[in-house]
Amino acid sequence: MTEKNAAAGGSACEFIAFRIGAQEFCIDIMCVREIRGWTPATALPHAPSYVRGVINLRGSVLPIVDLAERLGFPPIEATAREVIIVVQVGGQIIGLLVDAVSDILTQSTENIQPTPEVATDLAKSFVRGVLAVDRRMIGLIELDSLMSAQVEKAA
Amino acid sequence: MSITILTVDDSRTMRDMLKVALTEAGYRVVQAVDGLHGLEVLLQEAPRVIITDINMPKLDGFGFIERVREDQRFLGVPILVLTTESSAEKKNIARRAGATGWIVKPFDSVKLVDVVRRVAA
Amino acid sequence: MDTMAAIRETFFQECEEQLGELEVGLVAMDEGEADSETVNAVFRAVHSIKGGAGAFELDRLVRFAHVFETALDLIRSEKLAPTSAVLKTMLHSADVLADLVKAARTDEPFDETRVESLIDELKGLTGQSRDASDGDKAGEQAEPLDFQPVTLSIDDEPEPAPAATTYTIRMTPWPDLYRKGNETVRLLRELARLGDVSTACDTRALPLLDALDPEGAYLTWRVELATARNAATIEEVFEFVVDDCELEIVPSRSGATGEAPQLSPIPEIGIAPVAADPVDSGERSAGESRAQEDEARCQAPRAAQEAEKARPEQGKAEAAAPTIRVDLERVDRLINLVGELVINQAMLSQRVMEAGLARSSSVAAGLGALEQLTREIQEGVMAIRAQPVKPLFQRMSRIVRELTDATGKSVRLRTEGEATEVDRTVIERLADPLTHMIRNAVDHGVETPDVRAAAGKAAQGEVKLSAAHRSGRIIIEVSDDGAGIDRPRVRAIAVKKELIAPDAQLSDGEIDNLLFLPGFSTATSVSNISGRGVGMDVVKRSIQALGGRISIASRQGLGSTFSLSLPLTLAVLDGMVVKVADQTLVVPLTAIVETLRPKRSDVHALGLDARVISDRGGFVPLIDVGQELGYRKAAADPFAGVVLIVETEVSTRCALVVDAIHDQRQVVIKSLEANYRQVPGIAAATILGDGRVALILDIDTFVARTNRAAPTSETLLAATG
Repeated sequence: MTEKNAAAGGSACEFIAFRIGAQEFCIDIMCVREIRGWTPATALPHAPSYVRGVINLRGSVLPIVDLAERLGFPPIEATAREVIIVVQVGGQIIGLLVDAVSDILTQSTENIQPTPEVATDLAKSFVRGVLAVDRRMIGLIELDSLMSAQVEKAA
Repeated sequence: MSITILTVDDSRTMRDMLKVALTEAGYRVVQAVDGLHGLEVLLQEAPRVIITDINMPKLDGFGFIERVREDQRFLGVPILVLTTESSAEKKNIARRAGATGWIVKPFDSVKLVDVVRRVAA
Repeated sequence: MDTMAAIRETFFQECEEQLGELEVGLVAMDEGEADSETVNAVFRAVHSIKGGAGAFELDRLVRFAHVFETALDLIRSEKLAPTSAVLKTMLHSADVLADLVKAARTDEPFDETRVESLIDELKGLTGQSRDASDGDKAGEQAEPLDFQPVTLSIDDEPEPAPAATTYTIRMTPWPDLYRKGNETVRLLRELARLGDVSTACDTRALPLLDALDPEGAYLTWRVELATARNAATIEEVFEFVVDDCELEIVPSRSGATGEAPQLSPIPEIGIAPVAADPVDSGERSAGESRAQEDEARCQAPRAAQEAEKARPEQGKAEAAAPTIRVDLERVDRLINLVGELVINQAMLSQRVMEAGLARSSSVAAGLGALEQLTREIQEGVMAIRAQPVKPLFQRMSRIVRELTDATGKSVRLRTEGEATEVDRTVIERLADPLTHMIRNAVDHGVETPDVRAAAGKAAQGEVKLSAAHRSGRIIIEVSDDGAGIDRPRVRAIAVKKELIAPDAQLSDGEIDNLLFLPGFSTATSVSNISGRGVGMDVVKRSIQALGGRISIASRQGLGSTFSLSLPLTLAVLDGMVVKVADQTLVVPLTAIVETLRPKRSDVHALGLDARVISDRGGFVPLIDVGQELGYRKAAADPFAGVVLIVETEVSTRCALVVDAIHDQRQVVIKSLEANYRQVPGIAAATILGDGRVALILDIDTFVARTNRAAPTSETLLAATG
């Protein structure tokens, strides 16, 4: 499942790629704690719409973020087919709701290209670059700003 | 086999400090929290050297030393007294009770180990 | 952690314990209930602090502790009578010592004048002159230093010779020297370290073998030492043994001469080491006669017996329970894990029940046993983090002392139930509210001595602080024997501050509760004792934030009592599990006053869309929880559901409409903020038996957000009922 690129300088990183709708994105594997199937979340009152609620992860309360909605796409229809990628962002653990995990990529950081201008503002604030793999364009998602930035506005 | 030293002091801080200084110098340290406890540990461990404080509950340093000196089995065990008071009077009392020598608090580890080496050969 | 830093931490922890002992002991002495052991313990407490402080070079602390200790030493040796004036100074000193420890711990500056004046006072008691040494650091060193010529020895050394001088040292050790664990060999070795030595042994006094006492001393040692060091250094070698031998140190200018009869170097005399080397610990060296052995054997058991005898005497009084020290982090982790265990056990029970297996008696019995066991483990683990309230109460003791001085009133603090244990987390957050209450009791409760005398009361007032376990909670009471709440005055102030209507009819209890209203403070001027007129409303809020309740009872002329009821721990919560829309919520039990099925005749419309419900002669706003939390658009039909009457921190009441009550249970509190953030209206979360997360309602923020809790005077009237 891995794809190697001639790493001419730069450091090699591993990424987990996943699908949201018809598009593919990826995140640094170092942030990923685990991958789970979907479980129904308990709704949080007055939360931004992209926060689906909270679930129980072995005794901890974990917020679930609909990544599609966060990126500005229509919200994901959560069913048992969906996947939750549990990531660590800063000192917090959150769950990202995506459609499916597609790949594990090994890429050199050199290969990260800047996000094309056609992307929406919302997408641009979270996608810090793109990787060209096998004629697929995979957006690299920056997690740090995921929960902050516009969050205050929505609350 | 390293030499065993019994430290008797009701202050946890002091016990910790003694233990650190002595262990670093290669000694094995066993502890007691007052004179009475010291007598118990003494019988269990038969240490080579004893370091004891004076002011302790239940049985103070002087009482402890006297008891140890009465016990033939521990004849000649060096007993060092920890004292914050370097007055001659206190030293004399310690001597008369049977102390081998003394260490003045606050001690620095070098001096402590030095004195211990002097009496522990 | 760096070792020294760890030991320093230990030291400060130990200081806290010592300060506690000091306080208890001094108070006992003040009340005439002390014995000699108490006085000794008090002395030792200060002595210990001084010792440790010296090790960490906390000079200010050492200096004060030394003067304090000196005074206490005089008391314990009965050279200074512990009059109440003297004890007052001692208690002050204990307070200052505590402050100095605190300042030393955080490396803060300190008000020197306080310390100085108290030092003068102490010195006045001990008769020390102002100029006498304050005993800084290690105190007066009577021992000469290496490089200082000190003339202590029998022979004078005119001047330290730059070149090596030869000394002749003659030493005849006496038996005591060996008894005390000293050895000639070691002394000779040390001399050898100072320079060049040649040693001779005079064995003329040595008797024949059968007359030899193995513990006797018959030898005289002569050492010629060529050294650049001075006589003082040489004397230092003998400092431990100087009383136990005949010692002569003579500088010989003309080289080594003198009598040297029967010169034999040490190793060649076979017998000598036997006599010279006493038994090592536990070992019997060679040359003992049988008689000696038997004698020793008789003596040893005697010594052991004595040790045994001494122990039960003390042992009976207090069997010191062995303790261990554990990292708080480990305990917290353990408590979390046990919380998980509780949740999982509940989940298991539920799943088994759902699967219909519970009917089978063996499974039910097994589950029941598991639940019982889990509960016991949880209690046991909670108990680890439980601490006695004693240190907290002792802090109050000091506050009362300070207030007594500042207000000119005479008040003493009595405590009860100091050994009652409460979870750390609760104790830490009790300190402030308790302080306020004690301050108020002294400031407002207890009258001045003349007023008390006029009322036929004892001049000294009493504030009683007690703690006890009662039905799974901690009950803490602060009561005073003062004048009780001045109800007319309280009422007048409430009217003035427009908290109640001028013609409102209030019962005594209702008037008392006015004290808890925010913005209420009987201090017409800011009392510098109670701070910025910190009122009981702040206290009540703090207590409620802990999941507790506070109530007041007062009798005119006799005094007032505040009762606090607190949960045993902050990790779990007693809650009512309710259904709202299709969500499960938990409502803290302590906030719920009443539950009811509303009657149509009780519900009234108010304004456009608000509703109120009758409650004890008044009306309270009706709030639809599902709608407020955004679970449903339109308000639910209250008559199809259940109404919970809840009381907020500001003593207002609300009626919450929920769909149904599920049950009442203790839930483990899970943080929402750890991975998310604070949600207004929600206090925290918990995990139910089905594994799902349920939110715990925060009554105060929830009600505040609804914006309908602003009470009218009628509503307020009802609320304080």
